[in-house]
Amino acid sequence: MFQFIVRRLIQTIPVLIGVTILTFSMVRLIPGDPAQIMAGESASQEQIELTRERLGLNDPLPVQYFDYVSGVVTGDLGNSIRNGRPVADEIKVRIGTTVSLAFYSTLLSVFLGIIFGVFAAVRRGKLSDTLVMIAALFGLSMPNFWLGLILIQYFAIGRDVLFFNTGWFLASGWGTWQQMVLPVITLGTAGAAIIARMTRSSMLEVIDQDYIRTARAKGVKERIVVYRHALKNALIPVVTVVGLQFGALLGGAVITENVFAINGLGRLMVGAINSRDFPIVQSGVLVFAFLFVFVNIMVDVIYRLLNKRIDLN
Amino acid sequence: MVKATDILDQEPILEVKDLQTSFFTDKFEVKAVDGVNFAVPKGKTLGIVGESGSGKSITSLSILRLIQNPGKIIGGEILFKGENILKKSEAEMRKIRGNEISMIFQEPMTSLNPVYTVGQQISESFMIHQNMSKKEAMKRSAEMLELVGIPSPKQRVKQYPHELSGGMRQRVMIAIALACDPELLIADEPTTALDVTIQAQILELMKDLQDRLGMSIIMITHDLGVVAETCDYVAVMYMGKVVEYAKVRDVFKNPKHPYTVGLLNSLPRHDIDLGDVELQVIEGSVPSPDNLPKGCRFAPRCPFATELCHEKLPDLEQSDNGNQIRCWIYTDEWDGDQEVDVSAKRTT
Repeated sequence: MFQFIVRRLIQTIPVLIGVTILTFSMVRLIPGDPAQIMAGESASQEQIELTRERLGLNDPLPVQYFDYVSGVVTGDLGNSIRNGRPVADEIKVRIGTTVSLAFYSTLLSVFLGIIFGVFAAVRRGKLSDTLVMIAALFGLSMPNFWLGLILIQYFAIGRDVLFFNTGWFLASGWGTWQQMVLPVITLGTAGAAIIARMTRSSMLEVIDQDYIRTARAKGVKERIVVYRHALKNALIPVVTVVGLQFGALLGGAVITENVFAINGLGRLMVGAINSRDFPIVQSGVLVFAFLFVFVNIMVDVIYRLLNKRIDLN
Repeated sequence: MVKATDILDQEPILEVKDLQTSFFTDKFEVKAVDGVNFAVPKGKTLGIVGESGSGKSITSLSILRLIQNPGKIIGGEILFKGENILKKSEAEMRKIRGNEISMIFQEPMTSLNPVYTVGQQISESFMIHQNMSKKEAMKRSAEMLELVGIPSPKQRVKQYPHELSGGMRQRVMIAIALACDPELLIADEPTTALDVTIQAQILELMKDLQDRLGMSIIMITHDLGVVAETCDYVAVMYMGKVVEYAKVRDVFKNPKHPYTVGLLNSLPRHDIDLGDVELQVIEGSVPSPDNLPKGCRFAPRCPFATELCHEKLPDLEQSDNGNQIRCWIYTDEWDGDQEVDVSAKRTT
């Protein structure tokens, strides 16, 4: 297992190199002169030249790329244009927030997705199955920001129902549980819907397998047939989806953080894009890509733990 | 109607009376098992033979009440040690399954759960039915593997099904089935998916275990060779009904039903030289179950069928040699040639 993880980590090196090439080119491919943009609109010709020299833009491209990568490796991501602070520090104070938002949302999607998926599968064709699947389709189709706004409308601002008000949660910030509930629901709903649908179809496939009949013929209780014999097999394809879903989740985090005014990486990036703060955007993309790659290694490990047919070595 | 137990020399462990299992679709009902009668003698083997779609597998699944939607047992009785299984609660059924009645299936490649070790899968039976601890159950599992002739059982218990060959997996299935020392073992085409040499090994193993453990076996197969080798009694099924039920010797020596004769005739012989005689086939094919013949189910394919056969369904009756046969030829109402000799066409 250890060997497998090490090998898997080594395999990600080309991916990470690809990511750095992409983020590196990003700044150089955007229309306009990066030095001009970075020096500001009212900068004089000398200032622009100075900036160009300072950023090393006069060096040959491979040298520039090497400088950039050695910066990334040593944690030097340059300085923000907007406030001049080191990008690495800006990211460091926010990454925890975004990772915990993504983590809780994934947890919620996996938990709800599997429960409802199994529920629908064992009631195949019944009304409850249809209702769950319609709800899943709804959850899947709802745009993130809209769901967030609706939740704020009903559960933060609240409505008077009988003798109480439904404004139980807070609409902005991140820290207390009242602040965390709505963003996590907003971000986790689509994933829950996808995982529920995936779990359902995977369960339906597994529940007709011969080994399920074998388990029943052994005198195993139906509940244990479903959760121990069927679900463990059904989860194998679901795990892959969870990994892919994480990418969508990071994209969703950008939107969710803005809707709920959460000071995370996503919000930092949106602000940076608006003020053309390229070092921040560049590094934000890099961090998101690293996160995605890392989570998918974890998913691979879990996949192999579940699926015994795959030889680890 | 005759009683299935009439032809047995032993006490029956299981008696199936007028069992009916149907599958319901939106448009029609498919009677997969339509009034089946037979009995299984204690410590002996009953073979159930028939073509695909004759209802043999559904019959066996009905005995364990493992029929899944849209299938349903709609009538009859299944008496196991004198008690009607169909009247038992689901919890009582679970105590019977894998404990008193066990089953092994046709497909060893897919009948074991791929994500659990062989040992875990055998242990489960011990843990459910005998309240054993995990450790103890694992130890007993290794003993079971040894019993079914798997070498180095202590290592094998830790392996996953995909690490074993088809024959090995079927041995594991047998180990699971026999773990709790059942009184009845249902084997649903246990050798069909295996190589011929492995087939012989598995059949021999089952026979050997029967001698040692004394369980009764229902051997479901479409292979008459398997029947001749392993069974004491045989029920021939056609389209959800038993058409001939007898001691195995009587069926092979003196088959009565035209369908049984047809099956035997379509069997190649290696033991005697038949000269230029061609291998015979049963003309036609099994009718679609949503369009059942009105009279005898076999009438459309039967070379002796008369108007009576096409109009009315015969009952299972005792013939002079003791075989129970569902055929008009052996009744007083027979309207065809009185001298007809069904087995005259036999090539063997």
